[in-house]
Amino acid sequence: MAKKFKCNICGQTFEADSMPDKCPICMADASNIEEVVEAGAQSAPAKKGIDTNSNVYTILYAAVMVVVVAFLLAFVSSSLKEIQDANVLRDTKNQILTSLNIEGLSGEAVDAKYSEVIVDTLDCNGNKYYQASVEGATKYVFPVKGRGLWGGLWGYISLDEDKLHAYGAYFGHESETAGLGARINERGFQQQFQGKSVMNAEGNIALTVVKAGAVQNEDLEVDGVTGATLTSNGVANMVTDGLNVYRDVIMAAPAAGMAVEAEVAAEPADSVNNGETN
Amino acid sequence: MSKLFSAENREALTGPLNLNNPVTVQVLGICSALAVTSQLAPAIVMGLSVTVITAFANVIISLLRNTIPNRIRIIVQLVVVAALVTIVSQLLKAFVYDVSVQLSVYVGLIITNCILMGRLEAFAMQSAPWPSFLDGIGNGLGYAWVLVAVGFVRELFGFGTLLGFQIVPQALYDMGYMNNGMMVMPAMSLIIVGCVIWAHRSLNKEA
Repeated sequence: MAKKFKCNICGQTFEADSMPDKCPICMADASNIEEVVEAGAQSAPAKKGIDTNSNVYTILYAAVMVVVVAFLLAFVSSSLKEIQDANVLRDTKNQILTSLNIEGLSGEAVDAKYSEVIVDTLDCNGNKYYQASVEGATKYVFPVKGRGLWGGLWGYISLDEDKLHAYGAYFGHESETAGLGARINERGFQQQFQGKSVMNAEGNIALTVVKAGAVQNEDLEVDGVTGATLTSNGVANMVTDGLNVYRDVIMAAPAAGMAVEAEVAAEPADSVNNGETN
Repeated sequence: MSKLFSAENREALTGPLNLNNPVTVQVLGICSALAVTSQLAPAIVMGLSVTVITAFANVIISLLRNTIPNRIRIIVQLVVVAALVTIVSQLLKAFVYDVSVQLSVYVGLIITNCILMGRLEAFAMQSAPWPSFLDGIGNGLGYAWVLVAVGFVRELFGFGTLLGFQIVPQALYDMGYMNNGMMVMPAMSLIIVGCVIWAHRSLNKEA
């Protein structure tokens, strides 16, 4: 397609297939030649009398665009918020159930199973945790939060009634790398936590994640995700520090036996009731 | 029908798949090719998402092309893409929540994909909506096949699986075969993309 060029020295316009080396009329250097933009698509509105390159038009266009887009996004967001919130709530319930190794539910079955399994919401120094009853056995679910490579991490770790061993775990992430860090969301990684000990011999919370293949203490350590060291470290910190928040509850149980444990469980339940009446 | 698929429109659709491929010829979209190709499934999802978003962003920009002020056209393109992706992800979150959780990781990668901006600037700004739509589909698929090829190699040799299913038999591991940890690293995908470009260019000498 032939393009139009204008020489700034002699002021002539001429046609050529591509930028010529010299002006064919006055032989001026190519640096003096400008391509003339075809009066095609862009000048169509100009025929109607609007100059799309004028400052006023540009500013007005930007202003209108911003208002239209803002209105559109606000409208979409507010009209869908209710449905989205319901979905998020249900998803949270599903995650808690997954940490109790109850999987594969969807829709209303999640709500039904959740209200059947989760019997109480307890409190430890202002942090909520849940008491669950799975096939007659009492379990506790502890929510934990942490930082991954790109964004937040969260998880639910369920412990047996004696709070010595993990029963299951669930991890979620905001924006870890797909195929690498995001694999903490896969069940294969999460199921490694089943049956692990929570505390080491000194009585500190020591359940953690180590580099894949570098597990030394099978009882306390879990294989990380290959190629996602930083995300794995994030999970390690989240599990260890996160459970440490509940140390009063977790420590109390094995040291003092079942009687005290029942008391500990009963106390926070009272405080929750107080909170509701107030 | 013949007008809808004229030679020019067919070229807009099929050119990017081979001779004018956005990844192997124009070397665009490499950043996301590194990020999502360590396994096959994310590579497929990312390829399809980019295809859909490029096609519809192309159509919108093509419809607006005569009104867009020249000096702020990149900003307008960016706003259109970002708004489109945000609205789509909001709709998914409301109506197919599971899919939106799967896709949430890709939203940022789609908005910043160079192929999208490249097609909006190079094609949709000068073309009618229908060819722009075909061009978006073509470029998205051209991007997708490279991602799938890279994802295939990386998952097979890095994890011994494809789409999560074990492919390399256990007997081979027993004989001492090991998954290649290097394949999982982003650096390896750059090398594989390089190999794909090499193979593609030596097959198409004249291009």
